[in-house]
Amino acid sequence: MVEHGDIRVVHRGGSKIDFRQPVITNDSRFLLCASGECVKVFSTSTEECIHDLQGHTDLVTGVLLRPSNHLQVYSCSIDGTVRLWDFTDGILIKTYVIGCPVYSIYASANHEGVIFIVVPMLGDKRSELFQLVAVHLPQSGDQLVESRELSAVLSNVSSNPADIAFGRGGEYIASAKGLQLKVFFFKKQKSYEFSLKEDNKKGGLNTFTCVACHPKDDCIATGHGDGKIRLWRNFNHKKEYTYSTLHWHHNAVSSLCFTPEGTNLLSGGVESVLVQWRYNQESQRDFLPRLGAAITHIAVSPDGALFCTSHSDNKITIIQSCVKVSAVIQGLVKGESVQTDLIVDPRSKALVLNGKPGHLQFYSLQRDKLLYNLDIVQQEYIHELGLEQFEVVKAAFDASGTWLATVEERKQKSAELEVNLKLWAFDEQTQSFVLNTTISAPHEARITAMCFRQATDSQTTMLVSTSKDGHFKAWQLATPAHTEDEGPSWSCDFVGTYHGLVPECCCFSADSSLLAVSFQEVVTVWSPTSWELLTTLSQPPGAIRDLCFGRLSCSKYLLGTTAKNLLCCWNLLTCSLEWSTSMDISLLLADPLSENMAAFCCQAGCTDLFVFKPSEPRPLFSHKAVCSGTVTRAVFAPREKMLDSCEENSQWLNRSQLHFLTQYMDLMTFTTKAEDDRLMASSKQLVIDDSVAMTPFYLLLGKHRHQQQENQDPMSSLSAERTPLPQSSVAIKELLQTPAHVLPSTSFLCSMFVQSLLISVTDLSGCRENNKKAEEEMESEKEEEDSEQEMESSIVRSEQAAVSVQSAECAAPALTKAQVRELRRLKKLDHSWLAGLLDS
Amino acid sequence: MGEFKVHRVRFFDYMPSAIRAMAFNSRTERLAVARADGAVEIFNFSDNYYQEKVIPGRDGRAVEALCWVGQRLFSAGLNGEITEYDLENLKPQYVIEAYGGPIWTISCNNQGTHLAVSCEDGTVKLFEILKEKIQFQRNLDRQKSRIISLSWHPSGAQIAAGMMDMIRIFDTETGRATHRLLVERGVGASKSREVVVWSIAFLSNNTIVSGDSAGKVQIWDGLMGTLVRTHLVTKWDVLALAVSQDESSLIAGTSEGTIVQFQFLSSTVDRQDRDHEWVRTRTFKNHSHDVKALALTDTAVVSGGMDTQLVVHPLLDKVEKNTQEAAQRKIAFPHRSLVGCAKKAGLLLFQFPDHLELWRLGESDGNDHICCSALSPCGGWLVYSTVSSVRLYKLQHNNNISVNKVRPQQRIIQLRSVHQLCFSADSSKLFASSSQSSVVVVALNQLECKYLQTLRHKSGHSCPTAVAIHPTTNNLISVHADQQIFEFSLQQKEYTEWSRKLQKQGLHGLWLKRDTPVTSVGFNPKNPTHIILNDTFMFCIIDQSLPLPESSTILYNQMTLRSLPAPERTRQSHAFKICKNFQHVLSMSLLDDLSLVVVERPLLDVMAQLPPPVRQKKFAT
Repeated sequence: MVEHGDIRVVHRGGSKIDFRQPVITNDSRFLLCASGECVKVFSTSTEECIHDLQGHTDLVTGVLLRPSNHLQVYSCSIDGTVRLWDFTDGILIKTYVIGCPVYSIYASANHEGVIFIVVPMLGDKRSELFQLVAVHLPQSGDQLVESRELSAVLSNVSSNPADIAFGRGGEYIASAKGLQLKVFFFKKQKSYEFSLKEDNKKGGLNTFTCVACHPKDDCIATGHGDGKIRLWRNFNHKKEYTYSTLHWHHNAVSSLCFTPEGTNLLSGGVESVLVQWRYNQESQRDFLPRLGAAITHIAVSPDGALFCTSHSDNKITIIQSCVKVSAVIQGLVKGESVQTDLIVDPRSKALVLNGKPGHLQFYSLQRDKLLYNLDIVQQEYIHELGLEQFEVVKAAFDASGTWLATVEERKQKSAELEVNLKLWAFDEQTQSFVLNTTISAPHEARITAMCFRQATDSQTTMLVSTSKDGHFKAWQLATPAHTEDEGPSWSCDFVGTYHGLVPECCCFSADSSLLAVSFQEVVTVWSPTSWELLTTLSQPPGAIRDLCFGRLSCSKYLLGTTAKNLLCCWNLLTCSLEWSTSMDISLLLADPLSENMAAFCCQAGCTDLFVFKPSEPRPLFSHKAVCSGTVTRAVFAPREKMLDSCEENSQWLNRSQLHFLTQYMDLMTFTTKAEDDRLMASSKQLVIDDSVAMTPFYLLLGKHRHQQQENQDPMSSLSAERTPLPQSSVAIKELLQTPAHVLPSTSFLCSMFVQSLLISVTDLSGCRENNKKAEEEMESEKEEEDSEQEMESSIVRSEQAAVSVQSAECAAPALTKAQVRELRRLKKLDHSWLAGLLDS
Repeated sequence: MGEFKVHRVRFFDYMPSAIRAMAFNSRTERLAVARADGAVEIFNFSDNYYQEKVIPGRDGRAVEALCWVGQRLFSAGLNGEITEYDLENLKPQYVIEAYGGPIWTISCNNQGTHLAVSCEDGTVKLFEILKEKIQFQRNLDRQKSRIISLSWHPSGAQIAAGMMDMIRIFDTETGRATHRLLVERGVGASKSREVVVWSIAFLSNNTIVSGDSAGKVQIWDGLMGTLVRTHLVTKWDVLALAVSQDESSLIAGTSEGTIVQFQFLSSTVDRQDRDHEWVRTRTFKNHSHDVKALALTDTAVVSGGMDTQLVVHPLLDKVEKNTQEAAQRKIAFPHRSLVGCAKKAGLLLFQFPDHLELWRLGESDGNDHICCSALSPCGGWLVYSTVSSVRLYKLQHNNNISVNKVRPQQRIIQLRSVHQLCFSADSSKLFASSSQSSVVVVALNQLECKYLQTLRHKSGHSCPTAVAIHPTTNNLISVHADQQIFEFSLQQKEYTEWSRKLQKQGLHGLWLKRDTPVTSVGFNPKNPTHIILNDTFMFCIIDQSLPLPESSTILYNQMTLRSLPAPERTRQSHAFKICKNFQHVLSMSLLDDLSLVVVERPLLDVMAQLPPPVRQKKFAT
C-alpha cells in the first residue's frame, strides 16, 4: 500500500475468507485461512481472529501446514512469493521468492524440502495455461531466499487448488482438468491419463470439479459437474482402470475431502449440505443439511475430530464429528456481487449492504463483525444453480434511521421483470425493522435510484424513486382515510417525467427544499413541496453518472459527474456552471457531516481519490492509486468520537471515515497516523499467556490483571518480604515466551536461567548490567519484530528491575520498615537514572 | 428406389416371454437362455450373437435353471424334472424326475462329473453324469427349508447352498453340513420376513458371495464361516450373481433392473499380491424390470430378465474401442420370421408359441410349441413345424377358410430341426433351412409333395438367417448371421457372378456392423434385379444392376441423394438402397401390386404389457 503523508489505506476487514481451503492445525485449536493479502489465524473454539499474518503484497492463494513442522505454515500468493510463518506467534520466518504468480501450493511428507506449486506456463502472467512445478527450498539462514529453480511435474493443470491432490503419502499426485484426470507416480516417473466423454446421454456434465485422494488406499475421488462422485481404482493401468459412481448432489460437487484415516469421504456443493460417505460402504451416508450457503471448501483436522466448511457467503463453519456445528466464523457476507450501495444505518452506525441471498446485512465497522441479517425478500432461498431468485438491489435509510426502503427484483429468462418496493419501519421494542408497506411493481421497469428526503424537522417523510420507465415517483407516508387499526402506510404522491427521458440519479439538497433528478444529460431541479420544475441544468455531452448536493456552507452547489469524464459544479443561486474539470470519476459522494466530497477516479487500471470542497478549487487531499481496479461502492461513516487532527490533509477524516469496496470486494478505509498510534498503544497490552486463547474476555481480564499488578507495586513495599515468584523472572519469561526457533543456544540460556535464580548479594548495578546485556543480545536477535514488541520489552525491563530490588531485600533482613522504604526510594531513583542512561 | 404403398401392420401383438435362466459355455461360446414359456434358445457368440437354435417350450415345463456340462445342456424346473436336450434335433432328449419336489437350481462341478440339484424339500441331490444319461447318487444332509441356490467349490469338495435366512456349506465327500452362515434380514418392515438367498457363488479362495432378498451382496469367509463385508446394493432383491472365469470380477442383478459390478482389487496399486478386496465399481442399468439371469463372459456382461430382452453390455476395459465387440446389443425379437405373407392372396400369418393366427387358423396339437411356419404366396399352402414334426396344410378360401392336412412324404417327416421355411414364388416348391447349414428343397404338387435335393453350404461357418428363391431366375438368395449375402443359381448349381463379385469386393463396413440379422428376403415382381431385405431396424433394396458401394462411400445415402441434381444422383447411387423409416420390424414383404406390408411391433407396446416394475425413487419426483 502506498504511504501517503500520514494517511494510509488499510484493510478494514471483510476480505474473503472462503477463497481457499482453510487449514486446521494439528492440535485443532487454530484455523488458518487465506484472506485477501494476509493469512488469518482463528481460534476454533471462540471464533475470534488471533493473528493476521501480514506480509504478502497481493492476494494469498494458498495456505498449507509444513509437513515437517506442524507449527509452521506455508502461504503462497500472486505476488510471486512463498512465505513460511510461525502461526502461534504470527512471525514471518522465511520468504522464498519464486518470481511468478503462484496459484496454489501442495506438499507431502514424502518430499522433504520440496514444495509443489501451480504457476502460469512459460512464466507468462496472463497465460491461461498453468503447470505444476516442484520447488526445492534452499537451506539457507537468510530470511529472504531466492528459489527460482523450478522443475516441471505436470503441464496444463487447473489453477483451482481443488483439482490437484497428493495420493497415499505422496506416492503420486492426481490432477484433473476439464474432462481429463492425470495421475503421476513419482517413483516410476510415469503418468497415466483418463478421459471421460463430454456428457452422457442424460445430459449430465462430466467435467471434473475437484479431486481428493484416499490417505491409505489407492483410490482417487473426483467430483463432477453433474453432481456425481467417481471413485477411481486400479489407475496404474491404461485400460483396466475402474471407477464406481456415487450420486447424491444435483449440482456440481465443489469440494471433496477424505477423513485422515480414510474411513469417510466428505462432499459438498451448492445444495449447502455436507454429505459424509462411508468409504467402501457408500450406500451409507450421513447428511448435515441447512448450512446456509453453498459449500466451497471442506477441510478436516489432522485428528479427524473437526470438520470445517467454507461457504460462498464468506463464512467458515466448524463442525464437530459431522453432527454439530460448533462455531461459525462469519466475514462480511459477499453475495455474487454487492448490488446495493454501501449505506450506514444512522441508528446503529452499522454498514448495510447485500448479505445472504435476499437479505441485508448489518455489519459493525468498529468491531469488524456481522451484527445481523435482515430478511428482505422473505422467501425460501433455493440452493440450486441457474435459478433466478429475488435479490435486493437497492436500499436507503432516512436521516433518522426510522425508515428503510428496499427494492428487490427478479428477472427470469422468459418472464417479465418483477420488482417490489418495500418500506420498513424501525420498531423500538424489538430493535429491528418491521415491514410496513409492500408496493409490488412500483415502476414498470427497473428502479435506477432511490432517496429519502433528508428533512429531520418536517413531519412528512418522502421517498423518491427513479426508474428506467421514464418516470420518477414520490412516495409519502399517509394515514388511511378510514381509520382502522392499521397504521399509516406508503402511497404514491407524485409522478414526474421530463421529455420522456430516462431518469438515472436523484438527490435531495441538504435542507430538503430541492430535489435534483438527472435525465440523461439534463439535471432537473424540482421543488418537493409544490412539484414545480424550478430549473434545468445541462453540460453536454455525456449522461449524468452521479449527482450530489453540497452540504453546510456549500449547500448552494450541485455537483454532477458525466459519462464523458467531466465533473461539473453548478451554483444553484445563479443557476450557472461554477466550475468544471475533466476527470473520469467512477464515484462521487458527499460527507453528510462536512462540506467535503470524495471523488474516485479511475486511471490506468488504478483508482485515485480526491477529497475536495465544492467551494475551493484546490483538493484537500489526494491519494494516488488507492487500489487497483475501479471503485464503485464507498461510504462516509460518521465517527463515534471526533478526531481533533489539525493537520491540513487529514482534517477531512475528523468527523467521518471513508470506507470503500475494491473490485475484489475488500473493504478498505483510510486511517491517520494519530489513529495508528492510538491503535498501537492499545495493542501493546496484548501480552498473551500462551495457555489461554485470546478472546475479548481474556483481554478484559488481562487488562484488569495488569492494573492489579501496577497497583501492587506500591503495596508490596508496605507488605513486607515477598519473595518473587519464579515465573515472573525475566529469564523464565524469555525462555517460555520466545518462539523456539528464535531462541539462542540452550547453554547460553542455562547460565542466564541459573543466574536469575541466584539471590544477588553483590553489586546490584553489576547484576543489572549482566541482565541488561543478556537482554540486549536477545533483542538483537528479535530484530524483525516490530515496535509493538519493542514496547513490550521495555515493560519487561522495568519489571525486571523491580525484581532485582526485591531480591536485594531478602538479603538484608535487619532493616526496619522505614529504612526499607527509604532505601527503596533511593534505589528506584538510582535505577531510573541509570536505566535512562543505558537506554540512551 | 421407387415408391411403394405401405400397409403398416401393428396388430400382431406378439409378446416375447421373460428370461428365466442363462448359462454360458465359454469353450463353445454358446449362451443358453431359458424363457418363462419353457423355450430354450441358444445364441452363438462367435457368430455375431446369432440365435442359432430354439428349442420350443411345452406347456407346464417352466425351466428354472440351466447348466452346461461340456457340450451337453441340462435344465431343471419347478415341475421337479431334470431334462437333457438334444441339441441336434432341438428337442428334449430325456427327462428324469428328481423326487424332491420343485427344483430351484442345478449346478455342475468343474470336473464335469456330478450335477447337484436343490429341491423344495430341503435336499441337495447329487447326480452322476454318465455318457448317455445321469444317475442319482446320493442326498446331502437334509435341511429344514427349501434350498434356493447352489454353488460348487472349484475343487468339487464343497458345495455352498443358499436357503431361507442362511447359507450352508456341505462337504460333498461326507454329505455333512460343515458351516452354517446366518444371513441378516432386512431392516424395518421386512424384518419379519424371511430373507431368501437367491444366488450364491463359491470362489476358489474359499470366499463365498451371496445375493439375497434384502438387497445385500455379502462376502463370506468360507473357511471360518464369517461375514467379511456387506454391500447394500438395492432396496429390493438381489436375484442373480455371476463371476468371471478369473474370479476378478463379479456382477449382481437386482429387481430394480440394475446390474452392479464388483471387482477384486488391491487397495494399493504397487503391491498387487496382497490386500485384495471386493470393491463395488460400476453400475449398469439396461433393464426396466427384474434381472433374473446373468452371465459374465470375458468381454461382456450378459443379462436378461422380466423385460424379455437379452442385453450384451461390453466391458470397455476388456475390448478394443470402436470394434464390433465394443457395441452394446439388445436382442429383443427372435432372429427368425414369425410372420408369413401370402403375396398373391394378401393373407398374413402370425406365429405364436401355441397357435397360428390367420384369423386364428390352426391350433398346434399337443403341448409342443410351434417352431416356424410359412404361407405360400398363392395362399394355398401353409406349413409349420414343431419339435416333433413338420405339418403341411392346404388352404381353401373363398369366403370361409377350410384347412386340409396333407399327409407328408417320408422325407419331410425326417425333417426335424427346421429354422426357416419358405415357398417359391409360384408356390411349387418348399425350401427349408436346417441347422446343419443345409437347405432342403421340397417340390409341391397340387396334392402331393416330394423331396428334390439337399444343398450343403460350402462356407458352413455362419448360419443362414433368411433364404428366398428368385421367382424368375430361380436363384437362391441366402443371408447369413455374419451379414454376408450369397446368390446361388439353382440351374447352374453354383454361385452367380454377382455373388462372386460381392464376395471379392466385400461388403461395406457399416453393413457388417449392423447388429440384427436379416430376417427375410423378397423380390420386386416388377424389377427382377431388385432384392428386398429387412432386419429389425431397416429395409434395404439391393439393385443388382448398380455398382457395389466402395468402403469409402456413404452407405446410408438416400437422404443426400434426394437433394442432389439428377446426373449427380446417378453417379452417387450404389446397389444398397436402405430405408430406416420403420422400427422394430418383424416382417416386411412386397406384394405383387407393389404395396409393401410392414409388420411392426413397437418395443413400447411390449413394455406396456409387462407388469409394473418395482417402485424406485426418482430424483425430483
